Amino acid sequence: MARVAIQHEDFDLSNEIAELRRHDKRVGAVCSFVGTVRGREEGTHGPPVLSMELEHYPGMTEKAIEAMIDEALHRFDIFGVRIIHRVGLLAPGDQIVLVAVTSAHRGQSYQACEFLMDYLKTQAPFWKKERTPQGEQWVDARVSDDAAAARWGIPGGNG
Amino acid sequence: MKIAVRYFASIREAIGQGGETVETRAETLAALRDELIARGEPHAGALARGKSVRMAIDQVMSDEAAALREGAEVAFFPPVTGG
Repeated sequence: MARVAIQHEDFDLSNEIAELRRHDKRVGAVCSFVGTVRGREEGTHGPPVLSMELEHYPGMTEKAIEAMIDEALHRFDIFGVRIIHRVGLLAPGDQIVLVAVTSAHRGQSYQACEFLMDYLKTQAPFWKKERTPQGEQWVDARVSDDAAAARWGIPGGNG
Repeated sequence: MKIAVRYFASIREAIGQGGETVETRAETLAALRDELIARGEPHAGALARGKSVRMAIDQVMSDEAAALREGAEVAFFPPVTGG
């Protein structure tokens, strides 16, 4: 199974985890993260999000994420990683991203999962555009994502 | 030398195209950015100094001091917001 998929289609968490664990009897822990489209930005005063469009940089996206996985395998005692990121037009509630990691014990897969998400948030070339009743707008990068990445010694660059 | 330049997201929209081939003598990313800014609008606004612009050479995130070479693929884009 490829470690990385950039796709328009939705994904099924159970299938992905089953595939990741298959034939690997060393696995004692699976940690996964699924990100979804919020129907409203934090704080209930913002306008509702009608849809979200995800653009990416084909080629670089895959390369960047493969490098992140190599780094995670180097830093943590983990066995397998699967990352799926959707692109194109999504609706509130839709799944956007999956990061799943296997290890012998929970600690390493928990950490690697968080590391990979923090890395992806600041280094993978994806951009979100929201459509609200007021029109379309590109989503601003968050300084908090840089701070999260900095914990691992990853340069943010988003601020 | 010839450089393939690509633009993404808000920068692509501001410039009005996804990419172009640029003939340049710029030796670094910073020099290339300045050269594009010097063309005037829409490049000047899209790539303006003081704006948060991230760059890649041959699909690897790079800082402005990075050196260019013939045939390189350079990309300019805003801070990333995936995940």
